[in-house]
Amino acid sequence: MSKSDTPEKGIASPSRRNLLKAGLAAGGLAATAGFARAAEPDPYNLPPNVADWSRYLGVGVDNAPYGMPSEHESEVVRRSVEWLTASRESSINFTPLHDLDGIITPNGLCFERHHGGVAEMNPTDYRLMINGLVDKPLIFTLEDLKRFPRENRLYFLECAANSGMEWRGAQLNGCQFTHGMVHCVMYTGVPLKYILEEAGLKTNAKWIMPEGGDAAGMNRSVPIEKALDDCMVAFKMNGEALRPEQGYPARLVVPGWEGNMWVKWLRRIEVGDQPWHAREETSKYTDLLASGKARRFTWVMDAKSVITNPSPQAPITHGKGQTVLTGLAWSGNGRVTRVDVTLDGGKNWHQARIDGPSLPKALHRFYFEFDWDGSDLLLQSRAYDDTGYVQPTKDELRAVRGENSIYHNNGIQTWHVMANGGVENVEIS
Amino acid sequence: MSRFLKVLTVAAGVSLVAGAAGAGKLGLGTEATPEEIAGWNIDVRPDGQGLPEGRGTVAEGEVVFAEQCAVCHGDFAEGAGRWPVLAGGWDTLKSQHPVKTIGSYWPYLSTVYDYIYRSMPFGNAQSLTPDQTYAIVAYLLYMNDVVTDDEFELSNENFTSIRMPNEDGFIEDDRPDTPLVSEVEPCMTDCKDEVKITKRARILDVTPDEDGDTAGISVD
Repeated sequence: MSKSDTPEKGIASPSRRNLLKAGLAAGGLAATAGFARAAEPDPYNLPPNVADWSRYLGVGVDNAPYGMPSEHESEVVRRSVEWLTASRESSINFTPLHDLDGIITPNGLCFERHHGGVAEMNPTDYRLMINGLVDKPLIFTLEDLKRFPRENRLYFLECAANSGMEWRGAQLNGCQFTHGMVHCVMYTGVPLKYILEEAGLKTNAKWIMPEGGDAAGMNRSVPIEKALDDCMVAFKMNGEALRPEQGYPARLVVPGWEGNMWVKWLRRIEVGDQPWHAREETSKYTDLLASGKARRFTWVMDAKSVITNPSPQAPITHGKGQTVLTGLAWSGNGRVTRVDVTLDGGKNWHQARIDGPSLPKALHRFYFEFDWDGSDLLLQSRAYDDTGYVQPTKDELRAVRGENSIYHNNGIQTWHVMANGGVENVEIS
Repeated sequence: MSRFLKVLTVAAGVSLVAGAAGAGKLGLGTEATPEEIAGWNIDVRPDGQGLPEGRGTVAEGEVVFAEQCAVCHGDFAEGAGRWPVLAGGWDTLKSQHPVKTIGSYWPYLSTVYDYIYRSMPFGNAQSLTPDQTYAIVAYLLYMNDVVTDDEFELSNENFTSIRMPNEDGFIEDDRPDTPLVSEVEPCMTDCKDEVKITKRARILDVTPDEDGDTAGISVD
């Protein structure tokens, strides 16, 4: 008999909602999505006892031909905020940053943003057309694309509207919701330069217009300098084929620039001598200032950081003592050179430790270990990049831009850690 | 055949692509025919490039709009539910709640044609004829008071003569707009005497719970 048949294991575990409610009643911890790991240890599995997993054989190979995370990680999922958008097909969900570590985002957890749902393309019928100001308009199959010399590059992708709900003040309790429209994977693909050169650019080629093959026909204008610099047409992410929701079978990669330009399900690139002023670069993805004027072609994602643990979905559950603070930093202009953190709301700052690869236009992981005395904390982080840019406060941004920008909110985030270990999203003086 | 000869034979069948990185033509892809390009080349620019031949009046547009668009955007382009408002919003761009419509915000008319044809109606994209699209655009111009004659006809011939009210409402990106480290060295110790919490997310309480429900409010 396996132990799971024994009565003590047969007791139904309380639902997560009940756990949350219990947690709220008991400790007043934040009751937000993604939090709750309140399971009590089973003495049967603890020393000096010998657990079942040490005694009996586990499942064999091929139990899961495509491997999945442990069932104990079932809460680690993308989540959405339903009231943000009118439909599910033109909507957004968020990467669970508080549950991840390192700098690579697992493919299944990369946030989604679609404007016409996920296009279901088959690789056999996939075509990429290059037309406009080229010597010879061309059509490539996916196999054609895979015959170009390839490159592997690690880049973050951030939606321009990441943290957009926080312009007017603290609103959402969880870094998944305030900062989760970012991910970072390794792309394998072809430098866009090679593809454009294959068609031959005319001398008056100044802009390109990538266009998606989805029902939104997503189109943007990209200056030719960027197209020839570091853009890629990618067909792999983290070594495997792009996920459908990330543009399978091929997408554009526009390193350091806002995610909307990274056209998924890429079907066509037109070359032109002026920008198109598409809907997504006029009506949307322009930054309305307090003056009533709006900035356009605001492509770069400036340096930004966020503490992912502790955070509202990841409270401190171990009590006072040794505590690990960690977070992410990134810059669309290059490498992150330094991250400072404060525990006291900015009275005193400490330089955090960046660990892992430090690559341009990629996520950086930082840590700061400290001895928590159990008192209230006000946590912030600020990132610096190799252009000399330092992440501003939200109030500094508001002073320049007002509160109607929606996009490009890279202001410093504040978490309030309470004595019980719960964490809330706040702003401070 | 000796192993050496085999290697030679293989080598002869391979043109040297060692310098392929940026070296020019690799002989990949096939030339796109004019017909293939015409089927996919749907973009329209502010200077009129890409406009197909066609025409449509405000009155014709009203009919098409009622059939194909009003369910989401309202009979008068005022928006239904959470779907976008397409008309009105004048003098709101500096306010607490800007209403960014075609009339109040969009700088170029070509964007309206381009976007409607490529992605609307939502769920049945690229199904409108050029004449229907011109008619819808004419109706939206009328609902936004950009044209005031309900017999106005929009066509590929008069399209670029229309100017949108907010064409001059845009400036180029002038970031960075906060001080660089070289201008203001960030403080590290004893940076402020007192810190107070000024705003709390829980006051709004819009964070989704585990079922994705929220007691929250819409912010846009």
